[in-house]
Amino acid sequence: MRQQVSRLTVLFVILIGALVAARIFLVPETFGELGHFRAAAIGDIADLQVKYAGRAACAECHTDVEETRLAGRHASVSCEACHGPAADHAEDPMARQPEKPVGRALCTLCHGYDPSRPTGFPQIDPAIHNPLQPCTACHQPHAPEPPVTPEGCSGCHGQIARTKAVSHHALLPCTTCHTVEEEHKLNPSASRPTKPAARSFCGRCHAPDATPPPDIIQQVPRVDLATHGGHYVCWQCHYPHFPELR
Amino acid sequence: MKGPESETMPDSRATGGGANQPVDRREFLSRSLPAGWVLLAAFTGCGGEPSAPAGGSEASAREAGSAPDSGSQAPASEVETSAARDPLAGYDPSQHKYAMAIDVDRCIGCGRCVEACKTENDVPREPFYFRTWIERYVIQRNGNTVVTSPNGGISGFPPVEEAEILRTFFVPKLCNHCDHPPCVQVCPVGATFKTEDGVVLVDHDYCIGCRYCIQACPYGARFLHPVTRTAEKCTFCYHRLVKGLVPACVEMCPTQARIFGELNARSSPLARFQRMHKIQTLKSHLNTEPKVLYANLDGEVS
Amino acid sequence: MESHIQTLMEVLQQTKGYIYPNEVELHWGLLVVVYPYVTGLVAGAFILASLERVFNVREVQPTYRLSLLTALAFLLVAPLPLLAHLGHPERSFEIFLTPNLNSAMAMFGFVYAWYLAVVLLLEIWFDYRKDAVIWSRHETGFRRLVHRVFTLGANDLSEHAVRFDRSAGKFITVIGIPSAFLLHGYVGFIFGSVKANPWWSSVLIPVVFLFSAMVSGIALILILYMLTSLFRRMEIDMRCADKLGSFLFYALIIDFSLEMLDFIHRLYEAEESIGILSQMISSRLFISLVVLQILLGTVVPLVLLGIFSPAFHTRAFVHAPAELRRLIYFCAAILIEVGIFSTRWNVVIGGQIFSKSLRGLTVYKVELLGLEGLLTSVFLLILPFVILYVLVKFLPPWPEAEAAAPSEPNS
Repeated sequence: MRQQVSRLTVLFVILIGALVAARIFLVPETFGELGHFRAAAIGDIADLQVKYAGRAACAECHTDVEETRLAGRHASVSCEACHGPAADHAEDPMARQPEKPVGRALCTLCHGYDPSRPTGFPQIDPAIHNPLQPCTACHQPHAPEPPVTPEGCSGCHGQIARTKAVSHHALLPCTTCHTVEEEHKLNPSASRPTKPAARSFCGRCHAPDATPPPDIIQQVPRVDLATHGGHYVCWQCHYPHFPELR
Repeated sequence: MKGPESETMPDSRATGGGANQPVDRREFLSRSLPAGWVLLAAFTGCGGEPSAPAGGSEASAREAGSAPDSGSQAPASEVETSAARDPLAGYDPSQHKYAMAIDVDRCIGCGRCVEACKTENDVPREPFYFRTWIERYVIQRNGNTVVTSPNGGISGFPPVEEAEILRTFFVPKLCNHCDHPPCVQVCPVGATFKTEDGVVLVDHDYCIGCRYCIQACPYGARFLHPVTRTAEKCTFCYHRLVKGLVPACVEMCPTQARIFGELNARSSPLARFQRMHKIQTLKSHLNTEPKVLYANLDGEVS
Repeated sequence: MESHIQTLMEVLQQTKGYIYPNEVELHWGLLVVVYPYVTGLVAGAFILASLERVFNVREVQPTYRLSLLTALAFLLVAPLPLLAHLGHPERSFEIFLTPNLNSAMAMFGFVYAWYLAVVLLLEIWFDYRKDAVIWSRHETGFRRLVHRVFTLGANDLSEHAVRFDRSAGKFITVIGIPSAFLLHGYVGFIFGSVKANPWWSSVLIPVVFLFSAMVSGIALILILYMLTSLFRRMEIDMRCADKLGSFLFYALIIDFSLEMLDFIHRLYEAEESIGILSQMISSRLFISLVVLQILLGTVVPLVLLGIFSPAFHTRAFVHAPAELRRLIYFCAAILIEVGIFSTRWNVVIGGQIFSKSLRGLTVYKVELLGLEGLLTSVFLLILPFVILYVLVKFLPPWPEAEAAAPSEPNS
């Protein structure tokens, strides 16, 4: 063999040998067992500490609260969503008392009015809804109910009622637009409430020369029914329970 | 319906043996081994009851939990003793295929998921490190779409000018735990990987911090942890899953906008969700096969 | 870390539109700009060297050894920016131990090792072995030791052995050309294969990288050749300079055409990313892309070289005196180096300035200090020249160094 070739061969054999040796000694033990990764990493991650115990753990001791909660409108709200992470408390109840939220900030995080929220989700404007009162003064947080039990239409049509409540039509009673027979309350499908079918109905408030009911204080938008919207009925473009925003 | 859908791990039957197991179960099992099989069979039956109330069914499912598994693989006592050391003892990943569903129409943008995620996973509090976050979309009358996510939505969203709004909604985002994860494909050393149960994880003791995975993720779901200097992302709270719990964001979501569960189960909250909704995934044209499934997703969401 | 958070807070204030919250931090900074720039210089310099060897372009012979040593000096530095940008440089060896064969980046270690050990070092070794043996016989002390070690004890100077050196060297160059293509095309592939990123994801990127590498490599050798001649007070071989200028022109034409093809293709297809990309080009990348890369780095040198170099005929359009031609070549080469650096900047930084939500832009703030700061990058760009200086001291690439050796004694 040529001198050059033999010297170079020795050099390369040493280099490759070093790489092979490094592979043998330095590749982590569990690498490749389950795929191209260190299998022990799964255990490392699985071993991390849990901070939120989960509602099931709370229910083991706080059976009464759990019962109340599950029966109410906060059935889907986890205890720790309001009381903070409490795995330590679940482990050792004496260790630390989970916090009890006070004031209005936490409640309005969900229930403050925001147009991006799904329509029908119960919302209030914190600035005008009993501003100085903590929410818990009127509402029981574990099973919140509106202070007045829904009756009349909102007893069944809650979503429409809540949507309408934050709209420009908030102050209009349902009966302004719908005529409802007594029979509807007993047998809803047998007697259907009426729906306005003519443009002139909306025109009673929105036509240029209309006189809206006296308790409507805000400016009512006016349109000329002869030219506005062609042959469409009003509700084909406007949603009456939640007309276009300001 | 009172039993919140996302509350129970539907198939936690095979999970079992976690760290938060009450000690008395261990004692109970070892004492009653001879009679064990009869009891176990009974427990399994009740654990599978679909109409059991939420809390109860989780507890019973967990009780039934490791039993069939430990029985088939090793004597129960042996599994029990090793459970103290091995965090995965009694957990059989082959029995699971996880996914998350998100109902956009239910998200109220309260940010409890973001808060829970940061707490549960010790995510740095600075506003540029998120394993999950919420985006607010405002589609304006003039055709513009304004997207915001102030501090990931962790403390809610500021008021918007309503006059301009055509439609508006919130979209929670997180790692999609893709079935074809581009991040796993590009990791040069095998420090990020997909587990058998379909979760994409990062090995923090092996990651070299090259950040190629961050570049490869189309969803912006990864970041570099400023202290460990390794890549970070959502783990579906894997440490909770192996203990029979759901991810912290799912647990904390007050409106059940997030549903978590088994992808391959015939009936599970997730399967029900898939039956009842039109499903869309993010950036499906990239063929990443996401396992975060969105219902009622708007075409503007990117 | 505190200052890092501070910087990110400032960046957060300057973002435009919507970016994913995790995108505030731009992950591949200046160091990752330096990396493809340096590897490009390696590939370019090597391809120039191979011109003489394989394609028998006699004119560029004076730069042959200089090109090889330059390629080596830059190749030694090439992994350093990568290493410095890692979150855990001390774990970098893992890329050799457990390379993920699906990862474009995992191949870096092997492509690099192949190119360094099998191509460049071997070629230099075969090319210099004879000289090193002769030099070591007349030297003392440290130099003698270095040259002895260099030869690995292979001191056979028989005609047979020397001829073997030449043919082995030629053989390695032949493997070396595709390897150099691989080295830099591969760097392009690291970017081009990221489907999540519409700015990078393109089949043309590796090819564009390759030709821009040749451009930058040839320009660098032209600069080094002129400067070294100046310092050594040697006459510049104008035939060599003209030839380099012509090659520079050809490579630049191809590079520019490919870039324009990529650009027009994007514009014509106008996919959903086009809006945010054009917004990025007209605002954040305007200076570095339109002014530095295209105008100063490409169009001006093209015009200068097209007019004054003998690229089209044996004579140039405008026959300028040698003095002026030298100045023009030099200026064009400098402009090209700036332009190619901007190209790398625009690819690497540009690919991260826009959000993958395609709804907003962020900014890149270069930090001065720190491992990923400006000073590190400057250091890493100076270091190859220091290494080159040392290499030149021990392995002088000048023709007269060869001639200075006494005629070979028969062995």
